[in-house]
Amino acid sequence: MTINIIRNGKKATFKVVQKDETLLQVLTEIKTTQDASLSFASGCRSSVCGSCAMRVNGKEVLACAYKPESGDIIEPLKNVPLVRDLVVDVEKALSFNKVAKAWAVSPEALPSVSPEQAEVNEVQSDCILCGACYSACPVYAVNPEFIGPFALTRNWRYVSDVREADVAGKIDAVQTNGVWDCTLCGECVPVCPQGIAPKSDIDMLRNKSNVLGYMDPKYANFGGGLDFGAPSF
Amino acid sequence: MVDVLVIGSGGAGMVAALSAKEAGATVMVVGKSYPTRSQTCMAQGGINAAIGESDSVSAHIADTLKSSQGLGDKKAIAKLCEEGIEAVAWLDKIGLPFSRSAESKIAQRRLGGASADRACYAQDYTGLKILHTLYDNCLKNQITFLNEHFLLELITQEDQEVKRVVGAVFKSLKSGELTSIYARSIIMATGGYSRVYDHYSTNATGSSGDGLAVALRAGAILSDMEFVQFHPTGLKNASILISESARGAGGHLLNAHGERFTDELQPRDSLSRAIDVEIQKSGAVFLDIRHLGENFIDHELPQERKLAKLYENVDPVTDVIPIKPVAHYTMGGIAVDDNAESNLEGLFAVGECANHNVHGANRLGGNSLLELVVFGKEAGKQAALSAQAIDDVAENSEVQAEVAYKLEMIKSYTNEIDFYQKRQELGTLFYHFAGITRSEEGLSSALEQVHGMQHELPKMGILDSSDIYNTNLIEFLEFINMLTLAETMLVAMLERRESRGAHAREDFSEKDDLLYAKHSAIILHYQRIEIGYTTMQREGV
Repeated sequence: MTINIIRNGKKATFKVVQKDETLLQVLTEIKTTQDASLSFASGCRSSVCGSCAMRVNGKEVLACAYKPESGDIIEPLKNVPLVRDLVVDVEKALSFNKVAKAWAVSPEALPSVSPEQAEVNEVQSDCILCGACYSACPVYAVNPEFIGPFALTRNWRYVSDVREADVAGKIDAVQTNGVWDCTLCGECVPVCPQGIAPKSDIDMLRNKSNVLGYMDPKYANFGGGLDFGAPSF
Repeated sequence: MVDVLVIGSGGAGMVAALSAKEAGATVMVVGKSYPTRSQTCMAQGGINAAIGESDSVSAHIADTLKSSQGLGDKKAIAKLCEEGIEAVAWLDKIGLPFSRSAESKIAQRRLGGASADRACYAQDYTGLKILHTLYDNCLKNQITFLNEHFLLELITQEDQEVKRVVGAVFKSLKSGELTSIYARSIIMATGGYSRVYDHYSTNATGSSGDGLAVALRAGAILSDMEFVQFHPTGLKNASILISESARGAGGHLLNAHGERFTDELQPRDSLSRAIDVEIQKSGAVFLDIRHLGENFIDHELPQERKLAKLYENVDPVTDVIPIKPVAHYTMGGIAVDDNAESNLEGLFAVGECANHNVHGANRLGGNSLLELVVFGKEAGKQAALSAQAIDDVAENSEVQAEVAYKLEMIKSYTNEIDFYQKRQELGTLFYHFAGITRSEEGLSSALEQVHGMQHELPKMGILDSSDIYNTNLIEFLEFINMLTLAETMLVAMLERRESRGAHAREDFSEKDDLLYAKHSAIILHYQRIEIGYTTMQREGV
């Protein structure tokens, strides 16, 4: 079968024998037997380290969880600086976890947690920070300061935690370039290898924001005239 | 210059960094990947702590000591088990999303060799969730990370015959540039060396033992290198781990005739041997969790179902899973004292790259995540303390210049021999001759071949000359490190003429306490590997 890899903007085609293997196994085979200069990041081979996110025929996948077919076009993630071949720089995306204050602030005495309460953010805490959701996000594509899907999901993962003592501080952290900037288009949902739906988490964060007295800034100026948030030129 | 430089950004490194920071030190964490991509994310089963009503710290100590087969240090193990309770409480406090019992307590399950349900877990994502919770906590505490920097060498300085480690030279993956970072003390937390077994290992590709090889070159002692744990249930084709929790929950092992043949919850060393024997006898061994039901499997073992489908094309809900034992955890490591400090002043070590003598000849499931928290805290505290006593360290640009020269040499190697091929050969060699069972003949022949590969290194080399993200070069450097460690492992395996824990010799099948109730210790002396033994320094067995 043939595998097409977009390397620094140019298509390179490799021929490999089709076996029942993951894309990561195929890339490793290409690197170790055909072209040692092919660059990609990899780690655990079992979809938990988040190193090998890339795009196949335009859709984000983990190379270690996808079985390629002949003619597939492999590309690096979008919306993040390209380092080389299939390697991208995810530092900027990771920095949004800090902006979103995605960490626990615990009370002196922890409340007990029921299995039902634990399940509330079970899926959200499966996140592996692979960056697939930033690659798929059309808002992040045009607003590089948008806090973005995994950081917002991570914010919700702590906001929804029954042990969290600073819900207000966390909600406050995601008002600017955060929950209201998302268009709820849902592009982040099907690309998540862990079955997380950042869109739904963002929706939950909006509700929580409303409860705490925050408003969608698009409507905040209602008294002073309608502003539908359209960009003004 | 920072007070404490942590090398390795996995679970152990991050706990140590948090602890050093808490003790007032300035801290920097440098890793060859990103923090959340480290090996810790692959730990599934759980973290041990005797918090259950039917459990006790003394039972945890007894189980750990028993499993260590005489090579566990009583004092270190007592610390591990006693502080385990606090460690789990701390993880709860920093937000770890543990699974919970019906009584709203942290959920626990039984792993092999444990006398109680002791492993606290978060589904089968325990390591992943610990790693990410630690990362979040590091962001909260303003820990500085320098990601994608590969460790090349340590920088040492000698003052009145005392050798102190004062820094390290790294290569940036992104730019290819070399950087020297100086520190008042250094914590090595770079993980284990299971990838010497290449595709016969559950580990991520990065587990090449770089920190151990670099420390050895700087003069550190490596101890118990012969002890490598084989996990009983790696997937047959891909060596991907199927967690012990599958057996803890009642999973059965079946031979090719569909019969159970052994106790599924015995410690990993003896179970791996039983499986190995059975594979040779009946041709195959399978893990059967069908009777646990789809609901349970999806809830408690979600990863296992996904991975079995992906790599073996079987659905554990309806099919049995083909397995084989594969290299999983390396008990050997940089020898450290009670303060987590190595024989080199200023160099501390923690996690799988260190040997705190808590696992001895065989580690219990659930004790490695515990070790990285308990001893990570200790290492951070001690490194911060050690840093306080140091005013300043003299920078020495010579080391970086030497490293740069060495790298240029490596880049000029002739490439007549494909090192990727050799890397695979090394793994196969180790699995068959330095694996689950060993013999003088096999080990000697393996050592000969490893020496051969070392001599052939200048005929190997790299094909990619780019400075930017040159994984070809990094993988070659990892291979060189693995060849160094391979030699230390084989020498230690050959010298230990007995069977103990994970070290099983066909030609010396009994345990020999008279001669070998002691730790092997390896140093590099004028570029040559030398082995000696240290008796149990503290109150032993």
